[in-house]
Amino acid sequence: MQPLQFSAYTLVTPLGSGLDATLKTLRAGRSCLTKCDFLDVDLDTYIGRISGLEVKPVQTELASYDCRNNRLAQLGLEQDGFAGAVAAARERYGRERIGVFLGTSTSGILDTELAYRQRNPATGALPGSFNYAGSHSCYSVADYVQHALGLAGPSMVVSTACSSSAKVFGSAARMIQAGLCDAAVVGGVDSLCLTTLYGFNSLGLVSSRPCRPFDAERDGISIGEAAGFVLLERVQSPTAADTVLLLGVGESSDAYHMSSPHPEGAGARRAIEAALADAGLTAGDIDYVNLHGTGTRANDAAEDQAVFNTIGGATPCSSTKGATGHLLGAAGVSEAIISALCIRHGFIPGGLNTEHVDPALRVRYELKNQEQTVNRVLSNSLGFGGSNCSLIIGRESMGKA
Amino acid sequence: MKVFVEGVGLVGPGLNGWQASQPILAGVTPYVEAQTVIPANNLLPSAERRRTGMPVKISLAIGCEAIANAQRNAADLPTVFASSSGDGENMHFIFDMLANNGHEVSPTRFHNSVHNAPSGYWSIATKSMAPSTSLACYDESFAAGLIETSAQVLTTVEAAVLIAYDTPYPVPLHESRPISTAFGVALVLTRDRTERSLAMLEIGIHQQHDPCSPVEDARMEAIRVSSPAARSLPLLSALASRTAGRVCLAYVAGNQLDIAVQPC
Repeated sequence: MQPLQFSAYTLVTPLGSGLDATLKTLRAGRSCLTKCDFLDVDLDTYIGRISGLEVKPVQTELASYDCRNNRLAQLGLEQDGFAGAVAAARERYGRERIGVFLGTSTSGILDTELAYRQRNPATGALPGSFNYAGSHSCYSVADYVQHALGLAGPSMVVSTACSSSAKVFGSAARMIQAGLCDAAVVGGVDSLCLTTLYGFNSLGLVSSRPCRPFDAERDGISIGEAAGFVLLERVQSPTAADTVLLLGVGESSDAYHMSSPHPEGAGARRAIEAALADAGLTAGDIDYVNLHGTGTRANDAAEDQAVFNTIGGATPCSSTKGATGHLLGAAGVSEAIISALCIRHGFIPGGLNTEHVDPALRVRYELKNQEQTVNRVLSNSLGFGGSNCSLIIGRESMGKA
Repeated sequence: MKVFVEGVGLVGPGLNGWQASQPILAGVTPYVEAQTVIPANNLLPSAERRRTGMPVKISLAIGCEAIANAQRNAADLPTVFASSSGDGENMHFIFDMLANNGHEVSPTRFHNSVHNAPSGYWSIATKSMAPSTSLACYDESFAAGLIETSAQVLTTVEAAVLIAYDTPYPVPLHESRPISTAFGVALVLTRDRTERSLAMLEIGIHQQHDPCSPVEDARMEAIRVSSPAARSLPLLSALASRTAGRVCLAYVAGNQLDIAVQPC
């Protein structure tokens, strides 16, 4: 692919609001998972929760979109001068030439879950305050962000479970290449809700401890919430030396099972190979792999095989989910932005909570932060339904080989 | 954007497959109202099939029909799934369980709740490891799917299949999001003209200046507005009538898709 630059980016995760806070927490090696205190949820688990969303509504003029997921989107847009950078791009290209492509898995369905508790006992009707299009609708978050940023180009939500906000990078690259837009706001927003907490629990995939990816004793995920956005556009000339680029995208399907990965990681392997080919790179060009690394026994074992068989056993790898929790539909963009921070600031985040790396796993899993030059990162996102997406993110001067 | 339609699959009320529906859509045979009938498909093992909802059954039926018409192999084709609301019935059961049954959720209902469930079952059924995406764009989901699929065939692959569907929510969600018919349409799109090409589509996105195209038959027009996936009906009518024409579909942010249809 023709590389695209990250002209602006921002991230809100349990690690903090904005890039500075994110970087500081990553450098400190602090996990931000806390004992589950979300609503009346009675699960013995840890969550990565964003504080303050309960008291911070969306923009007044877009009040019909008010729900936890869009509040989180709004919080993201307010960090790192992101909305300002988009406004400048809007001046440059025109509002109809900037796309909005966002990932989410559960959108604002928390509103529906709570509305079902308040059904009219006589008629069964949902409360009058329930607003489907502004909350539950799968498209709601892209609709909100398009309005909030004053844009009028192509837009959509990609909802492919945990690969959603990685796959939007592929869509944006295609849309820009096809001439449908000159720039794109890509990203993802996913927020805590009952369906994911109880649903993952019903599958036996939720840990009662902060998740321990790649640990010999790993026993499941911790669920978190996040919003991340990137303004993508063609590489401008001249570019600053520390400009981060999207170099390649690879997508595939497992064709195996709805909620279990292919045991040999065949689908993930295919996505990694496609991303390398798309970037015109080989395994040796990758300095760090930000693993999907959810902390379930099957996921980590399958991903280990895929990465070992493509990148090998010498390249440093880690999962940042021990710090953030599994950000589901926002995981792809969050980890793409963390990868961008690794490149800009020259470090590799050690995987948190993991005590003993599973000896059966063969990749080089880092437990401690490493200070080193990072030029290119492979970031994996693997979701339910066997939906896989790998991104390659790199430095400007280190573009196509 | 210039792309070619090579195969169509269709399931809707009184519209039983592309072959049988063409004369109706072209206005040659009168439309007869009927319930949507989803043809059986045995690609999934029966145990697996029993666990799936209507969106999966519709997707398998229309995807296979379109690909058979295009004389292609499903395992090779990237897919784009487009739906406003996914499996509304399954979500209703989850919400009902969460509100009433002490927070228990069925694991099968949970893994079927992802918007990409039809894509997951499709890849299992067809053994396709090709890339697949699943989109949502409210009432404009079909238009968004058409754009994504066209962009794919122009930039990355030679052919791809769009599978757009929507099914009704049960009450009480139906009152908030009234989709009243089950409808699905699949299009195999290609970059180049082939001997099987039905039509060339030239698609542009413009600020809305025309009202979006209705369907002539009032009962089919009622279907068009009753389901986001059925917003495709004016395009299907243009394809079925085998004459050059122009179709306008509503799109996001005050835009419309202008589609010039040129039969091959």
